[in-house]
Amino acid sequence: MDETVTHWHEPGGGGDNATPCISLRGVVKSFSGVSVLRDIDIDFKAGEIHGLIGENGAGKSTVGKIVGGYYTRSGGALTVFGDTVGHWDPPQALARGVAMMHQELQLVPDLTVAQNVFLGIETSRAGFLAGDEAARLAEIAAFAGFDLDPLARAGTLSIADQQKVEIMRALAREARVIVMDEPTSSLTHDEAERLHGVMTRLRDRGHTIIYVSHFLDHVLAVCDTVTVMRDGAIIRTGPAKDETKASLITAMIGRSAKEVAYPELPPEPRRSGTPLLSVHGLSTETGVRSADLALYPGEIVGLVGLVGSGRTEIVRAIFGADPALSGTVEIDGEPFDERSPHAAIARGLAMVPEDRRKQGLVLTQPVRANMTLPHLGAFAKLGLIGERDERDAVARLVDYFGVHPNQVDGQVVNYSGGNQQKVVMGKWILGDPQIIILDEPSRGVDIGARRRIHEFIGETARRGAGILLISSEIEEVMGLAHRAYTVSGGRVTGQFVPRETTVDKVIWRLFHEQDQQEAKKSA
Amino acid sequence: MSATNTTPGASAAPLLPVLRFLQTYAVAVMIAALIVLLTILSDSFLTLQNLINILNQNAPLAIMASAMTLVIICGGFDLSVGAIFAVGGVVAAALALQVHPVAGLIAAPLVGMALGFVNGLTITALKIHSFLATLATGLVYRGIAILITGGTLIPVRLDAFTWLGRERIGPVYVAVLVLIAFAVILTVVLNRTTLGRKMFAVGGNEEASILSGIRTRRIKIIAFSINGFAAGLAAAIAVSRISLGQATAGTGMELEAIAAVIIGGTSIYGGQGAVWRSVAGVFMLALVNNGFNILNADPFYKDLTTGLIIVAAVAISASGRRN
Repeated sequence: MDETVTHWHEPGGGGDNATPCISLRGVVKSFSGVSVLRDIDIDFKAGEIHGLIGENGAGKSTVGKIVGGYYTRSGGALTVFGDTVGHWDPPQALARGVAMMHQELQLVPDLTVAQNVFLGIETSRAGFLAGDEAARLAEIAAFAGFDLDPLARAGTLSIADQQKVEIMRALAREARVIVMDEPTSSLTHDEAERLHGVMTRLRDRGHTIIYVSHFLDHVLAVCDTVTVMRDGAIIRTGPAKDETKASLITAMIGRSAKEVAYPELPPEPRRSGTPLLSVHGLSTETGVRSADLALYPGEIVGLVGLVGSGRTEIVRAIFGADPALSGTVEIDGEPFDERSPHAAIARGLAMVPEDRRKQGLVLTQPVRANMTLPHLGAFAKLGLIGERDERDAVARLVDYFGVHPNQVDGQVVNYSGGNQQKVVMGKWILGDPQIIILDEPSRGVDIGARRRIHEFIGETARRGAGILLISSEIEEVMGLAHRAYTVSGGRVTGQFVPRETTVDKVIWRLFHEQDQQEAKKSA
Repeated sequence: MSATNTTPGASAAPLLPVLRFLQTYAVAVMIAALIVLLTILSDSFLTLQNLINILNQNAPLAIMASAMTLVIICGGFDLSVGAIFAVGGVVAAALALQVHPVAGLIAAPLVGMALGFVNGLTITALKIHSFLATLATGLVYRGIAILITGGTLIPVRLDAFTWLGRERIGPVYVAVLVLIAFAVILTVVLNRTTLGRKMFAVGGNEEASILSGIRTRRIKIIAFSINGFAAGLAAAIAVSRISLGQATAGTGMELEAIAAVIIGGTSIYGGQGAVWRSVAGVFMLALVNNGFNILNADPFYKDLTTGLIIVAAVAISASGRRN
């Protein structure tokens, strides 16, 4: 193999390993005023595999994307191979030898492996393609130890093979640093191990790999260095050999700042009689597999699971946003079969979706039109909207949630994340729903809005409504819910009572279930 | 906002109010400027008769642009209205001769609405972009118009037919009254009814609208049906005025209507807009036309001027989007 790479660019292996090839100093990042990274100092050394781990939303992917140039940092210094860089975007990063492999692979499905690898850097003779991609590819494939048909169409390959194409694409651009964002999330156990083999080989040749993952076993298996993040900050960086799964989990969870006081839990609901909502054997094309759950009046029920576990997909299917393949949903014991958002609203359901800007709000419209959108009929006679009633109702909700600025016709597009979320909440409570689905209700909102949203959840349950709460922050579910289900691989895998357990135990359980899913996949 | 935000390129913020103002009132400002300019340059411009004539001549296009506003607010385009205009015209003329002149005038908007409904169904049932769908249905409709006429012209010289396009009530043409009534009704629909609110929502964020229980397909079908109705109504006025049904009528009118909507400042991305602006957009284009005529300017520059105005309007619309 080595003969074939003689004229192949050999990256700076064997150099001084102590010199960082990429350094972040005091890097901060915020999205529309909400801080997601705080004062990040981190060094990535040449020739190491450096794992970035943390809970959902800890900021690990954000760090990766800043290094890859996909996010612009809001402040702080980025040093690449000794040069402090200013503006930093993906083309610049590639030009300086930094490539990023995304969670969603970015190949052109109709082009061949070779064409994808050399996309944008084809050799041409007088403007005509030289067509020598396959030959050039052979060198890189040999270097990486891959065996792929250069003429196969990328769209026909397995995810694992597509990742190899992405890696070769990075190598073709002579990348010395490759950021991999959750590369193993769609791989079987064996495929993941093979990918680790490739990573090790690249490392041995002097490449640097930044490995963002929430699979702790994978990180421990292959990394030289591990950095643990929590709440947008770095908890610690150290040699992977000094860490265990337990030590990493403890560091990820911490006992920390998030321990805000949660409002008092509403009284325990009675779970005899007909549930408000019951779901049996629900399956969808989006990956829900025979999910079962129940919700009683006055009850707050959490759904906890790791990223990609299928929590959102389950509630979307209940609400009728995605079609179901099989299974039944009952509301108050009555079947709810012809599901659509329209029908769901008529049956007293409400769903606050996870992405408020893409799914929750019409940003071209003011607060008033957003809040009354699902309930226009209630304000209209013969199709004409009674503006006074509408304004009064919206004004009451703006006051109730403490939306700032306190305007009925405010331009919601200019509002902060927290206030936008209050508008979305108001929109749904306006119809006085009996079943409220909240998908990440406090994601990216400030502490004040978060508290208000928590109070609202309690108040609504006291009035007898049932609430399904999805949150990536397990602490939030622990603080707010009477009962919670664990979700993994599109299934509801169990339930627990938050007051009878601890966050640590729940997280252990989720990781354990993830392992079992992995085992099943590779079996 | 925050003091720690050191991202470069945040300097566009102070321009925002200017842009907002331009997006809302650019067309009014441009019309005022044109009127002043033409008044200075020509004695024959600022006469009541000239202004009334401009309005009257452009009533059919203004009716179409008014309804096109709804489609564009919903996030769509309709390239078939020129052909619907032709079908409406020949149907009106044919029925006027064979059944009754008034039956022909009434049938045109109804046939137009039916064709608009077919557009809506095609787009929502087959899930094709409206641009493509109406490009295709437009060709089909044009073919239908040719089939109806058999390739000949249909002259209709009946007073009971030509009143709609030619008569006046007092100093005002009937056609202008129809335009005003239609534009007012559409404005009320957009701003005061649940239907209008839903149109803004569908164009502003379709996914959020669906999750809010809006049956977005239904809203789009209604918008396209209204657009078809308007094309038929415009055809009734036009064919009544020239007392001649012809299958080639209305060629290119769809683009004029869309241009007028965009010049008016309605967002090409959907979710924002107003009917009066589109009517103003038609008026603006008509003034440019009229100016070239009364000044005896080289007509070669007319398309060039119109094109530049459209580019400016789209640029304003797009920059608002980026911010």
